[in-house]
Amino acid sequence: MRPAVTAWEDARRPRIVKVDGDFPGARLEKMWETAPGLAGWISSVDHKEIGKRYIITAFVFLILGGLEAMVMRWQLGGPNQRLLSPEQYDQLFTIHGVTMIFLYSSPILTGFSNYLWPLLLGSRDMAFPRLNALSYWIYLAAGLFIYAGFVTGNGPNDGWFNYVPYASKAYDPGINIDVYALGLILLGISTTVGSANFVVTFLRTRAPGMSINRVPILCWGTLTASVANLLAVPSVSLAFFLLWMDRQFGTQFFTTSQGQPLIWQHLFWMFGHPWVYAIVLPAMGMVSDALPTFCRRPLVGYTPVALATVATMALGFGVWVHHMFATGLPSLALSFFSGASLIITIPSAVAVFAWTATIWTGRPVIRTAFLFFASMIVLFVIGGVSGVMTGSTPIDWQLTQTYFVVAHIHYVLIGINVFPVVGAFYYWFPKMTGRLLSEGLGRWNFWTMFVGFNLGFFPMHIAGLMGMPRRIYTYAPGMGWGPVNLVISLGALLFAIGVLLFLINIAVSLKRGRVAGPNPWSAPTLEWSVPSPPPPYNFAVIPTIESRHPLWEDWLDESPARSRLTEGLLLDRGRETLATTPLDAEPNLILEMPADSFAPFILTCGLSMGFVAALFHLWWVAALGAVILIGALIDWFWPRRVHADMEAADV
Amino acid sequence: MPGLAGLVVAVLDAPERSLAWPMSYLTTHGPRADPATALMWGLTALSLAVVGIITILVVWGVLVRRRRGAVASLADVPAERGAGGLAWFYVGMPLTVIALVGALAWTVAVLAAIDSPAVKPRLTLEVTGRQWWWEVRYLTPDASQTFITANEIHIPTGQPIQVRLVSADVIHSFWVPALTGKTDAIPGQTNLAWLQADRPGVYHGQCAEYCGLQHAHMGLDVVAQTPAAFEAWRQGQLRPAAEPVAPEALAGEGAFVAHCGACHAVQGTDARGQASGDFIGPVTVASLAAEAVADPTRHSSTGGVVGPDLTHLMSRSSLAAGAVPNTVGGLSGWIANPQALKPGAQMPATYLSGAQLSAVVRYLRTLQ
Repeated sequence: MRPAVTAWEDARRPRIVKVDGDFPGARLEKMWETAPGLAGWISSVDHKEIGKRYIITAFVFLILGGLEAMVMRWQLGGPNQRLLSPEQYDQLFTIHGVTMIFLYSSPILTGFSNYLWPLLLGSRDMAFPRLNALSYWIYLAAGLFIYAGFVTGNGPNDGWFNYVPYASKAYDPGINIDVYALGLILLGISTTVGSANFVVTFLRTRAPGMSINRVPILCWGTLTASVANLLAVPSVSLAFFLLWMDRQFGTQFFTTSQGQPLIWQHLFWMFGHPWVYAIVLPAMGMVSDALPTFCRRPLVGYTPVALATVATMALGFGVWVHHMFATGLPSLALSFFSGASLIITIPSAVAVFAWTATIWTGRPVIRTAFLFFASMIVLFVIGGVSGVMTGSTPIDWQLTQTYFVVAHIHYVLIGINVFPVVGAFYYWFPKMTGRLLSEGLGRWNFWTMFVGFNLGFFPMHIAGLMGMPRRIYTYAPGMGWGPVNLVISLGALLFAIGVLLFLINIAVSLKRGRVAGPNPWSAPTLEWSVPSPPPPYNFAVIPTIESRHPLWEDWLDESPARSRLTEGLLLDRGRETLATTPLDAEPNLILEMPADSFAPFILTCGLSMGFVAALFHLWWVAALGAVILIGALIDWFWPRRVHADMEAADV
Repeated sequence: MPGLAGLVVAVLDAPERSLAWPMSYLTTHGPRADPATALMWGLTALSLAVVGIITILVVWGVLVRRRRGAVASLADVPAERGAGGLAWFYVGMPLTVIALVGALAWTVAVLAAIDSPAVKPRLTLEVTGRQWWWEVRYLTPDASQTFITANEIHIPTGQPIQVRLVSADVIHSFWVPALTGKTDAIPGQTNLAWLQADRPGVYHGQCAEYCGLQHAHMGLDVVAQTPAAFEAWRQGQLRPAAEPVAPEALAGEGAFVAHCGACHAVQGTDARGQASGDFIGPVTVASLAAEAVADPTRHSSTGGVVGPDLTHLMSRSSLAAGAVPNTVGGLSGWIANPQALKPGAQMPATYLSGAQLSAVVRYLRTLQ
């Protein structure tokens, strides 16, 4: 993005036109479409393409993580099973956690937000389209990097939390932990550039009139998560870098003699806990935006919910020690963090009451997407109250490191992430593909997943109360944990069948689904004002917004003003979109958007080369990677005058 | 569902609990754990109530408010402004805040109550977490009264016991559910915990922090005895091992000292368990050497102990931190092939002949 500030452009007065048939779409199509073939696929910077790639990649990781879980559930289905060796089990539970937490739950939301944001905000792309592409490619590279370790038996094996000194070279001499350390630093780069992009996109590229109190809650969720990521990711990247230094070059950050093992836990959880909120807040935003569509009324308490989203995140930075209650910290500190961990429930309760009130004061029309969103409220509350229990220090001393916590984290991550995400598929799949998912198969999908999930994960609370520790590869029959584990394994199998039904529904509906049209749910927000799937330029003219529900204004009639969706600024001198002011969204600048570019892909290749080289200490390969990276950056920043060229072509 | 039924049985039939679920903490038996257990039941009841209320509200709301009959297209259903939604906040939020503040007050009160024992403990234990067993040292100012055991902690009932937790390698977590919640054993620092058993019994515990391959088999037992019985046990532990009488046991002692004595001590014999690196199994040699490079001071505080002290092995109910029962068969199988029973354990196969193995077991059985 280069703000147009020359006197020539300052003087420009863009035309305001009405959409009329192919005008101005046909002309914009040529400017915005991606070239066909592999070259176009690699160079595309279209947020919708990138969003879909994120979603598909993250979902593949979800399936891999699920298969890993199924193998573990086989092992734990009865006492003294011998399917897995301890080393295999350790790598499995570690890669399962790493996959679900880092490679699935955040990227899937990034994918939806990437796809939806410009459509929700009335823009033609994200603020930094090439950065967007870079963020995806690096995410893919980091995922492949970590999985390359796993499939060769060199995957991380000290849990996703990776505590030292077990993760130090003395106890874990292979390259397993180095794969994890470098992989996460790489992933951190992806998360950081992606988050910066979301923050700027939120602040500068909303349609005129979409003041900050008219932004969909999903955008609030992702914005909040992005700001949190910018603050939290450096902590974990630093921790992994220091650990890598300890392991490779004999530094002493985390050693017992001159360093301090506990510092690892602080750095990790200062990141880790905000991250948990970062991977649920956007999903909660999806529910806040989509549930009201089916209830045929606006969300109850937009302002409290938006503020609660931000408040949750702010408090989320003050609770990390509740992961460390048993580490011998002073009681006074424990009381403080216990208090913070309980208080953080208050903003979460705001969302629960808002959703429930929306159901009670609306007229719900039941569709599969609605079932996923409504059931999420209950799963959210179960994950919430078990969180309160573990936030209470004296109870946590018993509950921590047992299956009770495993139950808690799965109610949080599956209940508040996977259920809304599957609901979001049912809701937005028609927008992305032009076809609706089957409702009939959808009901089977929902009930199988819902029953399987609760059958598989609720008994984990009980296993925890029976004293079953986490991360054990087997247990003796005398412990009495056999029957409950069998139930858990069978429930997990049913849940997996539910996910399989979902995949079948997608496969069937992609070809034979009912044609959706632009707005199959008669929903209120901007993405439903454009065709399904949307054209590469999103909006033929930049819309002007007068309310939170541009497509429901005639029904709600909250004011005489009406949003203008088919009449607005014609920005057609090359790829352009409009920048507006951060709070009131008043038109401010015309942004010249970049063309498709190979630079993000090549930069990622150079960067990945450097990381692989660092893993094996091949410093000359790393230097080569750096050269490629610098070359890509030079191309990236090379001044181009796309605008002037278009102008000339125009004449 | 058997799990839920089991839970109900556990609640109703508390004294039998420890047999069916030795690690359960739904009922506890000492002042360190009991206040937290009451709090746990309280918050569980509150949690179930909250989940019940919200579930009913959501399900009921959907059933009552849903639009009946087939809706072909949502466009047929006009959106309405809807009124009265904010009342839900006005009722719900104060209730939420009251419940949370109550929970917090109770939490802080319990935290204060179990922070330290009511009277100063007279007995202090040093428990060292090791991959993958527990070394237990009974500390006294008088060095002659200090002794070492492993994986089985005997305590007198009715009085608080202080536990100093250290680690010789990675982070472990000390946890005896019926008596106390978890406290981590972290290398480089000493954490203090305490526990007290109100009545005699065997209370099972287990390492609760992931610590490597055999984290699953790092159990311990706390045997609470009447003060008189405890004192008798303590006196027994202070004695060196009795010299074996039977010829096979005597031969076994020789074989034991030669093959096992580098890692395992038996007080009163030449088996001192102070290995220099050469005698340790292959896994340990590698890890100790690497650790010595990374962290040269680490082993100095723990004196190079490798395996458990076996002076009174037969006073313990199990072997290998709870992984193997302490029977003739268990002992023979464990010595013959530890890696089959506890893959990754630090104890290597010892390559004894059949006769030697039988003699060593015979000898070990004399270590009452």
